[in-house]
Amino acid sequence: MQRKGSPFTGLASVAMKEAADHMTSPRMHLVMLLILLTALGSIYGALGEIKSTVSEDPFIFLRLLTTAKQPLPSFVTFLGFLLPLIGIALAFDGINGEYSRRTMSRILSQPIYRDALLAGKFLGGLLVIGICLVTLWLLITGMGILMLGLPPSGEEILRGLTFLLVSLAYAGVWLAISLFFSTVFKSPATAALAGLTLWMVFTLFWGMIAPLAASGIAPADPFNQMSIIHQAEVGQAIARISPNTLFNEATIAILNPQTRSLGLVFAYQMERAVMGMPLPFGQSALLIWPELSGLLAAMVVVYTAAYVTFQRQEIRA
Amino acid sequence: MSTPVIEVKGLRKTYGPNAAVDGLDLTVNKGEIFGLLGPNGAGKTTTILLMLGLTEASEGEIRVLGHDPFREPLAVKQRVGYLPDAVGFYDNMTARENLAFMARLQDMPSSTAQMRIDEALLRVRLAHVADKRVATFSRGMRQRLGIADILVKGAELAILDEPTSGLDPQSTQELLDLIVKLASEGMTVVLSSHLLSMVQSICSRVALFNKGKIGLIGKVSDLAGEVLGGSYVIETVADGCDIAAVTRGIDGIGNVSMSNSGVVRIDATRDVRGEVAKAIVEAGGMLKQMSMDRSDLDEVYARYFERMDSYAA
Ligand SMILES: Nc1ncnc2c1ncn2[C@@H]1O[C@H](COP(=O)(O)OP(=O)(O)OP(=O)(O)O)[C@@H](O)[C@H]1O
Ligand SMILES: [Mg+2]
Repeated sequence: MQRKGSPFTGLASVAMKEAADHMTSPRMHLVMLLILLTALGSIYGALGEIKSTVSEDPFIFLRLLTTAKQPLPSFVTFLGFLLPLIGIALAFDGINGEYSRRTMSRILSQPIYRDALLAGKFLGGLLVIGICLVTLWLLITGMGILMLGLPPSGEEILRGLTFLLVSLAYAGVWLAISLFFSTVFKSPATAALAGLTLWMVFTLFWGMIAPLAASGIAPADPFNQMSIIHQAEVGQAIARISPNTLFNEATIAILNPQTRSLGLVFAYQMERAVMGMPLPFGQSALLIWPELSGLLAAMVVVYTAAYVTFQRQEIRA
Repeated sequence: MSTPVIEVKGLRKTYGPNAAVDGLDLTVNKGEIFGLLGPNGAGKTTTILLMLGLTEASEGEIRVLGHDPFREPLAVKQRVGYLPDAVGFYDNMTARENLAFMARLQDMPSSTAQMRIDEALLRVRLAHVADKRVATFSRGMRQRLGIADILVKGAELAILDEPTSGLDPQSTQELLDLIVKLASEGMTVVLSSHLLSMVQSICSRVALFNKGKIGLIGKVSDLAGEVLGGSYVIETVADGCDIAAVTRGIDGIGNVSMSNSGVVRIDATRDVRGEVAKAIVEAGGMLKQMSMDRSDLDEVYARYFERMDSYAA
C-alpha cells in the first residue's frame, strides 16, 4: 500500500494538546504530588545521613540521590518504583479513551494519519514526564545547594543529566507499554489494570522469578564452577528483561562513579584496579551504554506493537 | 453539468463471511443532498466509513472528490467534513477550544481559524456558549457543534451519519434548514437517516439500502411510483358500499386496501378523488371522509421492505 502526504502532519498539534491535557489533569497532579512528597522525604533523609557520616566526598550531590536513610529508601529507588506509575497513569486511556469519548472518528477524519495521533500521544506524555523530571532535579539540586552550602561540580551536573536521560527512557518504556494496553483493551480500566499488573511483576516479583527461571533453564552442578557461573549469567540475562533491572543498573553506574562493572566480576579482572577510585564520566557512560540502548530498544519495540495494533483497528466511534 | 463528487463502483466490505456492504454502485453529484436509507445493519455507516477511508474496502472502487480515500486519505479528508453518529467532543474543553484543536489538525493558520470559528458558532447558534465546556452541552448542542466543525473546515462535501438522531422535532427542523442552506451555498451533503419524512423533505435523491445492497435509488417521487404503483395515496372512509368493488373500473387506480380503523387506502397514479367520490355516491355509499397525500417515503420504505421480506420468505 502506498500513501501520500507526510505522516507527521498534525503530530505537533496532537502532542501539544496531550501535554496540555496532562498538565491540567488531576490525575497528573496526584502522581506529581506523590513523587514530590517521596522526593522531599528521601532527599531530606539523605541530607541528614550525608551530614552525619560522609565528611568529604567529591560527588556529594549524587549521594543526595542514592543515599538511603532507614526506613526510607533512596530517591533513585523511589523513582525506579514510581516512574512506571507515571508512565501508566499518562497513557492507559490514550487510545481507548478516544473511542469511549467518541472523538476518534472525528479526529481521524481530519487530514492526519493515525501515526500522528499515536506518536503525538506518546511524545506528549514523554514531554510532560521530561518536564517533571527536570523540575524535580532542579528542585533537588536547589535543596542541596541550600543545605550543603556548595554548588554541584561540572561532572555531577553531567552525571545528573545522564541520569535524567536514563529516567526518561525508563518512563518512556512504561508509557509505551501503557499506550499499547490502551490500544489492545477497549476499556481504560482494563488497560490500567494490565499496566499495574505488569508493573507489580517487574518491580516486585522479577527479582524472585529470574533466579528461579535460571535454575530451571541452566541447572547448576555444585562441583562444576562453570555451571554455577553459567546459571548466574542466565539469571542476569533474565533479570535484564525487566526495564526496572536496566534502570537500576544504569543509575547505579552513573550515580556511583566507583562502579566498574555491572555483571559478574572475577578477581583477575580487578587486578591493578585501584579500588574505590571513581571512573571518569566517559567510562561510566560506556558502562551504561548497553542498559540505555536496552531501554530505548524496549521503548521502540513496545511502541511498534502499539502502532501495528492501532493501524489495524477499525474506527467506528 | 453535474460533476460527480462521489463515485462508488462494485464496493464490497466483508467481515469474515458476512458482507456488510455487498456490491454497491453509487454516484453523488455536486450540490446534491443525498440520503442513505435503510434499516439497522443495512450497511449505511459502513459505506460512510469506506467513503472516508476509515476502513479498507474488500473489493471495488471509491473516488471521493477524485481521490481514493484509502490511498490518499489526506487529500480527501482535507476537503470532506464528517459528523459521526453519536458525535463526541473533549468534554473538558470549551466549544471554541474543541473547534480550534480540529482546525490546528488541518494546519489552518490560527487567525483564519479564529474568524471561521466565530462565524460557524454564530451560524449554528452556539455563540452564546462558545466558552462553556462541552460537558455541559445537550445532545442537540453537540450535534450542532459537530456541524460547526464541518463549517470551520470549509468542507466541500459533508457526510452526516444520522444527524438528527436523538433530536426533538424543533431541533430537527432547525438542523434540516441549516443543511438545506449549506447545500444551496454549494456544499454537497450525504446523510444517512431513519427519519424518512425528513429525508424526503430535503434530499434530492435517496438510496434505499437493504442488506448491504442498494435496493432502490433515485428521486423520492420516482421511487414512490416504482414501489407503490402510483405516487398518489387517497384515504377515504365511506359507509354502505364496498369501495374496492365500486372503484375497480376507474383508470389509474393501483392497490386498494383497508386498514383496521376502517380507512380505505387507494394508491393511484393520478388524482382520482373526483371519480372515486362519484363512484361511491352512485353505489349508494355515504362518503364520510376523503383526503389525499402525495405518497411519502415512509410508505415507499415500508412497502419496499415488506416486499423484500415476502420474497425472502
Ligand atoms: N466490526 C464489525 N465486525 C463484524 N461485523 C460488523 C462490524 N461492524 C459492522 N458489522 C456489520 O455490518 C453490518 C452493517 O453495519 P452498519 O453499521 O453499516 O449498519 P447501519 O446501516 O449503519 O445501521 P444503523 O442504522 O443501525 O446505524 C451490520 O450487519 C453489522 O453487524
Ligand atoms: Mg449506522
